[in-house]
Amino acid sequence: MADQGVFMLQLVITGVAVGGVYSLMALGFVLIFKASSVVNFGPGELVLFGAYVSWATILPMQLPLYVALPLTFGIAILLGLVIERGVLRPLIGEPIISVIMVTFGVASVIRGFLNMTWGSDTRPFPVLFSPEPFHLGPVPVSPVHLWSFVGVLVLLAAFSLFFKFSLTGMAMRATADNQQVAQSLGVSVKRVFALSWCIATVVSTLGGIILGSVRGGVDFSLADLGLKVFPVVILGGLDSVAGAIIGGVLIGVLENLSGGYLDPVLGGGVKEVAPFVVLVIILMLRPYGLFGKVEIERV
Amino acid sequence: MQSGGFRTSYRADERIFDTVVPIVGVVALIVALAVTPRFATTYWLDVLNRIGIAIIGALGLNILVGYTGQISIGHAAFLAVGAYSTAILEANAGLPFYLALPLAAVITSGFGLVFGIPSLRLRGLYLAIATLAAHFITTYGIVHWESLTKGVLGMMVPPATVFGLPLDSDARVFYLIFALVVPATFFAKNLFRTRVGRAFIAIRDRDVAAGVMGVSLYHYKLLAFVLSSFYAGLAGGLMAHHSRILFPDAFTLLVAIDYLAMIIIGGLGSILGAIFGAVFMTLLPEVLKLGATSLTGVYPNAFGVIASTRDIVFGLAVILFLMYEPQGLARIWLRVRGYWKLWPYAY
Repeated sequence: MADQGVFMLQLVITGVAVGGVYSLMALGFVLIFKASSVVNFGPGELVLFGAYVSWATILPMQLPLYVALPLTFGIAILLGLVIERGVLRPLIGEPIISVIMVTFGVASVIRGFLNMTWGSDTRPFPVLFSPEPFHLGPVPVSPVHLWSFVGVLVLLAAFSLFFKFSLTGMAMRATADNQQVAQSLGVSVKRVFALSWCIATVVSTLGGIILGSVRGGVDFSLADLGLKVFPVVILGGLDSVAGAIIGGVLIGVLENLSGGYLDPVLGGGVKEVAPFVVLVIILMLRPYGLFGKVEIERV
Repeated sequence: MQSGGFRTSYRADERIFDTVVPIVGVVALIVALAVTPRFATTYWLDVLNRIGIAIIGALGLNILVGYTGQISIGHAAFLAVGAYSTAILEANAGLPFYLALPLAAVITSGFGLVFGIPSLRLRGLYLAIATLAAHFITTYGIVHWESLTKGVLGMMVPPATVFGLPLDSDARVFYLIFALVVPATFFAKNLFRTRVGRAFIAIRDRDVAAGVMGVSLYHYKLLAFVLSSFYAGLAGGLMAHHSRILFPDAFTLLVAIDYLAMIIIGGLGSILGAIFGAVFMTLLPEVLKLGATSLTGVYPNAFGVIASTRDIVFGLAVILFLMYEPQGLARIWLRVRGYWKLWPYAY
């Protein structure tokens, strides 16, 4: 019986750790959606980009961490600016199918670019934390999981404070609330759009670094994780920052529990599909999620 | 001589062919297709076969996305259901091919009906996400229902026989595929001259207004899903007979994105666009491959680099078309045609 409990705790802890990364990706997604109503269908590629660039700066270029990480984030910000200025700004006001497809196009370009530059082999990710697990009560926890979770918590707290108190954060919230009113009060909506993309690429990059060190290597399968962002944001509510954070952890735990308990019954891979089953159920029952804004529109 | 689009009756306005020239063109195209297998190499026949399959699939997706405005990222799942039902009906149930293929298309339609239920409640972005989820659930089912689909091991498909003639070469499959492409195209073209097609377009333009005008959204949205998945089922069944072995890997999300790209690049809400897009998207990797092989003499590693440029070129094509020609190749075609129609007195 005690074994059962440990097994479950283990699953929950791993789930929370992975969920933290989902929260980061979802945060980026929600920011973009809130500010500019653009749905980014390539969140995985942003994560992939971050993971590869940080790998490239740390290992092949041999830069010390305090240079490599800021450089990575700088490149990520640049990527965000390029995407927003170059691709999405000309498409403001276009039908939603165009916006969806253009984000697929951007994702494809990023994937091709990474493939061309660094090839598709798995790259060993630098070991940032000691691999020795320590014990939290009876449950062994690897430091990577713990530190990634702590990192995510700190970051999310920082973002909450940023949105609550800083002028830029308030401008972003105002834009999300009502673009026209924000503009008439002197908020540069264009700057907010660009900023939201930059923040999204930065948090995705961070997610990429964390995922890279959790898995010990980067390869293109990281991008597949990016699509898990959809169950997260639908569960939390498409336009809710708090929802993204809580939804990320919930989905992380849920996929681990369902994987751990249902895989022996259903024969593997439940982890990959369970979040999407939840997604469909929520869409049918409560499309605006746990914390999203309720928009009633009857067809 | 005709000048511009001057029409005096609804009959004239609804006509598929304005003048004799396009009729001659279409007939010439069909004749050309009929004699192609005599001249084409196996490689180009294979490419043509894939183009034919892509045309049917893209027509189906355009009915749903381009004409009815219901965004679906689940087209690969439809194709998979069509392909696997054909294979299972033939290999396990022993049905002859000419029964299995239509039956598989009907099964896929039923599947599309279920897929379409969320569209009654959701629209736009939410529908896109719902179909994305449905895609993952479907492919999970295909990978893990091993007793039926053999999972990741792959499923062999016996060659189809028509009147005792086994369709085991690319040339014979070519006739099968294009014998379906031609009627599928004409059906789709005609669909939008009927009440049903007009209802689809009305729903796309504004669903509430369409509902007020007496278009039953419940019926027509589901009908769009059914028709679209019927086409996808046909395309999937042909895929099964073209490749003769099925893997779940052939139906990833990237396939669904490819099909969406076809109708975007070709032209949303245009039959001609679906055809152009299918041709474009199938030829793109082939052209890149040809370029790579011709460059390997100069740069030894050109093949590796150019193979990975496929993603970049694909992405750029989608982005540039959306930015500069959102109505796609079909619009470019119309402009070019319009220019020559009035040339040299274009005033």
